[in-house]
Amino acid sequence: MTPHMLTRSLDRGATIFLAVVAACGILIPLSNLLLPAGSFLQVPTYLVALWGKYVCYAILALSIDLIWGYCGILSLGHGAFFSLGGYAMGMYLMRQIGSRGVYGNPILPDFMVFLNYSKLPWYWQGFDMFWFAALMVLVVPGLLAFCFGWLAFRSRVTGVYLSIITQAMTYALLLAFFRNDFGFGGNNGLTDFKDILGFNVQAEGTRAALFALSCLALIASFLICRSVVSSKLGKVLIAIRDAESRSRFLGYRVESYKLFVFTLSACMAGVAGALYVPQVGIINPSEFAPGNSIEAVIWVAVGGRGTLVGAALGAVVVNYAKTVFTSGMLAPYWLFMLGAMFILVTLLLPKGIVGTFNAWWDSSKEKRAAATTASAAAEDGITEPRMAE
Amino acid sequence: MNVMDTRATSAMLYLDGVHVSFDGFHAINNLSLTLEPGEMRAIIGPNGAGKTTMMDIITGKTKPDEGTVLFDGVTDLTRLDETRIAELGIGRKFQKPTVFESQTVQDNLLLALNVDHSVKGTLFWRGSKDESERIDRVLETIRLTDARNRLAGSLSHGQKQWLEIGMLLAQDPKLLLVDEPVAGMTDVETHLTAELLKEINKTHTVMVVEHDMTFVRELGVKVTCLHEGTVLAEGTIDQVSANERVIEVYLGR
Repeated sequence: MTPHMLTRSLDRGATIFLAVVAACGILIPLSNLLLPAGSFLQVPTYLVALWGKYVCYAILALSIDLIWGYCGILSLGHGAFFSLGGYAMGMYLMRQIGSRGVYGNPILPDFMVFLNYSKLPWYWQGFDMFWFAALMVLVVPGLLAFCFGWLAFRSRVTGVYLSIITQAMTYALLLAFFRNDFGFGGNNGLTDFKDILGFNVQAEGTRAALFALSCLALIASFLICRSVVSSKLGKVLIAIRDAESRSRFLGYRVESYKLFVFTLSACMAGVAGALYVPQVGIINPSEFAPGNSIEAVIWVAVGGRGTLVGAALGAVVVNYAKTVFTSGMLAPYWLFMLGAMFILVTLLLPKGIVGTFNAWWDSSKEKRAAATTASAAAEDGITEPRMAE
Repeated sequence: MNVMDTRATSAMLYLDGVHVSFDGFHAINNLSLTLEPGEMRAIIGPNGAGKTTMMDIITGKTKPDEGTVLFDGVTDLTRLDETRIAELGIGRKFQKPTVFESQTVQDNLLLALNVDHSVKGTLFWRGSKDESERIDRVLETIRLTDARNRLAGSLSHGQKQWLEIGMLLAQDPKLLLVDEPVAGMTDVETHLTAELLKEINKTHTVMVVEHDMTFVRELGVKVTCLHEGTVLAEGTIDQVSANERVIEVYLGR
């Protein structure tokens, strides 16, 4: 990808977004590490981890917006790709524990010893190497999305039917990962992580670095999405979203486009999951729950579908609200509030926060332009008779 | 063996003995039709005569139960899908104007240009002077130069019809299938559309489906009347409109 493609049509919103993310990615870790604990401007470590989680969610939201906002593919199972990326990273982190586990087995993670495994299953091989795990973070979700998409898009499964089978996909994975004999720690998942690349995952420095890396990944994901949607391919995606069969009659192979963007999106979701796991310290099958995927779609709807910036913003806003409300006396009502938020946004702000703002901005710009021309015309009107004199 | 021998027919489009039925309803019944290269043909017929279904068969949207559909004398269209058929050079304008409403007029034409349509090709696409000149030319032909930066969704009905014809021009197919181009147009627009189609016919083979007899007369081309999925009459407009059966089922007395 050329630099030209990356910077093409970076509008004001995108520039502000990138500046804010970059500033957070630099300033929050610095403030956490350098300022004395308890000082007014120091960001406490728990907040760094919390915001790191939001940033990962923002990447997931971007990946959903890329396919839903621009190509009309409503995936209600994107949590599956996120979780698979998370599991790949979790497997690496498990292998790093080594003999420091409760049972002290140098090779087998604790849950395998507990379940009487005699040796490491074949699919756990290689995960002691970071590069391999990092590769799998992209390959596993990408491959699943490719196979799933190949079958679904070739058979022209679209709309609500596609949404339903994506739900079924994530639910099937949820059930599989719950099983102890599936080899991923069953119900408890993977946890009790110690090191990542030799650094203690609990240490403040590591957390700050993970936060900064997450911000970097968010920026990279944003630029990738941006360059995709501002290329001619982006126009084709929108064409497919708005009039799929028309695009076919123009000679576009719709299934290839969908497959490309769906796979790319799944890889991005995988990266988000991989950054999420070391920051929250656990990955378990509940991450595959269909509800999680639907929640992620709500973030995008709230922020503004098809705007990219809105998706990321929606993820942060909704999750911040979730943190605030689920920690107080309103906690039992959170799901009602989430549902209400979704209904209100759909009814009152169908374009989401950013989409509505953009529409307002454009129309006020037009009005200003119209006012300028009108006043110019009026001035002309005044000067004209004088000219005639 | 010379190349000519491999061609079953010299026709641009050759349909022979085509049958299609939907749940027992015979939409197309032993339909045979030939279009010579460079010809323009008007197709008329009452509702349900199978005009749109015929276009669906030619463009690969519907597969016939039996019969032969040959394009350019060699290609069996019944085995190919829409994308492949579009790539071969058959363009289609739908009955209801179908343009990409949330994109600009200019982008609609850009999407229609017959350049590399692969994922890789569009991802790394960079505009060329040749492409923008072609778009300019099409914009001029369809009289939408001033509207080039407007969203296609904000165009009037007639302008959308033209934009869609413009997209066909940008696609530059060998054969154009045009389904009811003047539906909902004013008289002036209808006249301009006839002019436009005649202009297009100078370099392309065209098949037009239309109900508007004034418009068909203005085109002044060979007319085929379909009824119940088969050819009822064929000839000049005067011959066809004088045909007893045509008057009975379609034109009315």
